[in-house]
Amino acid sequence: MFKGGVRISSFKELSKEGEISEFPIPGKVAIALSQHTGLPAKPLVKKGDTVKEGQIIGEPAGFISSYVHSSISGRVTSIENRNLPNGRTSPCVVIERDDTITGGKESGPAKGWDSLSPAEITEAVRQAGIVGMGGAAFPTYVKLSIPSGKKAECVILNACECEPFLTADYRVLTENMEGVLEGLRIICKALSVNKAYVAIESNKKNLAGAIEKHISAMRPLLDAGLRILPERYPQGSEKHLIKSVTCREVPSMGLPIDVGCVVFNVQTALAIKKAVCCGEPLIDRVLTVTGLVKKPGNLRVRIGTPVPDILEACGATLSTGRKLVIGGPMMGVNIPSPDVPVIKSTTGILILPAVPASGKKGINPCIRCSRCIGACPMNLVPAEMGRYAEKKRWDDCRILNINDCIECGCCSYVCPAERPLVDLFKWAKAELRRNGS
Amino acid sequence: MIMPILILGILGLAFAIFLTYFNLKMKVEENPLVARIYELMPKGNCGACGLAGCSSFAEQVAEGKVSPEKCTMITAENFSGICEILGVEKKDREKMVARVSCFGGNNSRKKFQYGTLRSCSGLGAIFGTNLECAYGCIGMGDCVEACPVGALRMGENGVPVVDDKSCTGCGICVKACPKNIIRLLPEECKVNVACLSRERGPAVIKVCKSGCIGCGKCVKSCEKEAISIQDNLAVIDYAKCDGCGTCVENCPRKIIFISGIKSEHLA
Repeated sequence: MFKGGVRISSFKELSKEGEISEFPIPGKVAIALSQHTGLPAKPLVKKGDTVKEGQIIGEPAGFISSYVHSSISGRVTSIENRNLPNGRTSPCVVIERDDTITGGKESGPAKGWDSLSPAEITEAVRQAGIVGMGGAAFPTYVKLSIPSGKKAECVILNACECEPFLTADYRVLTENMEGVLEGLRIICKALSVNKAYVAIESNKKNLAGAIEKHISAMRPLLDAGLRILPERYPQGSEKHLIKSVTCREVPSMGLPIDVGCVVFNVQTALAIKKAVCCGEPLIDRVLTVTGLVKKPGNLRVRIGTPVPDILEACGATLSTGRKLVIGGPMMGVNIPSPDVPVIKSTTGILILPAVPASGKKGINPCIRCSRCIGACPMNLVPAEMGRYAEKKRWDDCRILNINDCIECGCCSYVCPAERPLVDLFKWAKAELRRNGS
Repeated sequence: MIMPILILGILGLAFAIFLTYFNLKMKVEENPLVARIYELMPKGNCGACGLAGCSSFAEQVAEGKVSPEKCTMITAENFSGICEILGVEKKDREKMVARVSCFGGNNSRKKFQYGTLRSCSGLGAIFGTNLECAYGCIGMGDCVEACPVGALRMGENGVPVVDDKSCTGCGICVKACPKNIIRLLPEECKVNVACLSRERGPAVIKVCKSGCIGCGKCVKSCEKEAISIQDNLAVIDYAKCDGCGTCVENCPRKIIFISGIKSEHLA
């Protein structure tokens, strides 16, 4: 178990029981070319082209980049810059649905994958444009390509979903446990490892029996175990999950592979299974719509679906006193306008009550209560780093290992002075990157 | 009465001898050029040369480690003075000034209000920008804060205004701006297009009242053929521009300015 973190009411009851419902195919989608970590994809289509569902419309521009596929059949109306739910702007391919265009996704019968080599699996994952679906959107095939000199020893399936409100991963695991665990087996094969863990938080204990049953069925093929972890944010963070499950600590500025672990999200595992067995590219995902909405629930939506369409279908209105948060409430982004498309890393859409701005400008002073130090799961000293960042003393921030900060938001959450610590750290990290250190 | 005078007198004499002796014995040999060069330095300690301050710059110049051209703040007169002292050939120095290539500010549509971190680079690090326009000035005044000579101020429109007279062309504001809106131009290049948006016309009109729409009126009006439209943005070729100002009158968006920002537009 890791040190620090915070306990937050989970609010998961709102959407926990809502079965995943298919969201109708939208009339228009905007598919971002930069919805993953790394370089934006190069567009392969132009205005006026007809595209089929599942067709590649963007190819990776470098090693850390990803394929992008069309999520519907239709005509490309434009390629334009759009705001994304992560607060950034990216060129998007806008496609208008055209039902006369058929074909495309050949959802063939499930192929066996036993005969595939690890390299073939990795290539299939790359072709399917799969990225980490827990929020970071790191290209998955890069994770499957272990750098030379390193060795993967175990794979962890991250089903913690430690952010409050979100239940999409829980529903996916409940409804398609077989698929997810088959995905886990494919990952283990691709990485040539024989040890896997399924990690859940204690609020999903009701799944424990079913998971146990499944993993004991596949035990001759894979040495898998279930870990039920206490409910504590940020349990689902890669580094903390590894600490909780294996008692190994990822070194400062290191990667999980440095301690022989690779972590995958539930939906990523399912996407890998679909890509390898059925050749289906990543064109839809499950997300949670919850908060102050009439019909909270979990929806399977196409990538690129406009968020206003989803809000309308769920009976959510954005009036004053409400704000729209994309992602979880801790790490999600409060976006000013709902006019954004769903991207591969959109885990949830929340309507939360907005606290009216106090009108006070600037930052409150630190009262040195040290609560943030207790809450920091990375063993950093947020109070000190915040004070340095405020004074633009970037080098002092670096000495305090600010680059290890995972921006989980625990410090801001517990700060009684309401200091915008995470904002300050993001700023300091960007400045350090700019100065090349 | 006599004793205190005697004691103090002897003590004073002893210290005087002591100090004079050590002053002669431990004297640090200093290049006589340094003091003369330092006399001519602007003494603003702006740090644009990358050294600790004007005196350390003078030392390095005297030793020949740094070219005197590195100092951007120095006046042409003092510069030739330093060249004389060093005995190097005088070069003509063009005076550079900072030019702000955005006139969005309050005319540009905001995506959201954010007042927590009062810094352009801070806001830029977290959100990229607070404007609908991806190229525009964030307007939190990092450049104003960074300017060592106080040549920049925040205009009424919410974009920085450069005072050409005080600007020394040190380039510190250029580095401070996260959106790369400020650039250094020779003072003679008086005409400046105050927009960097490479979006197409309709997209610009949607987000900013003061954006270049690439209409090309300036291109047609220019007798010297100094303006061209590149990626939906008017770009001036300063080799041809003579600063006549026809384009300024003809710009329908009123974003071409002569010598910084024209005061009548600020009203």
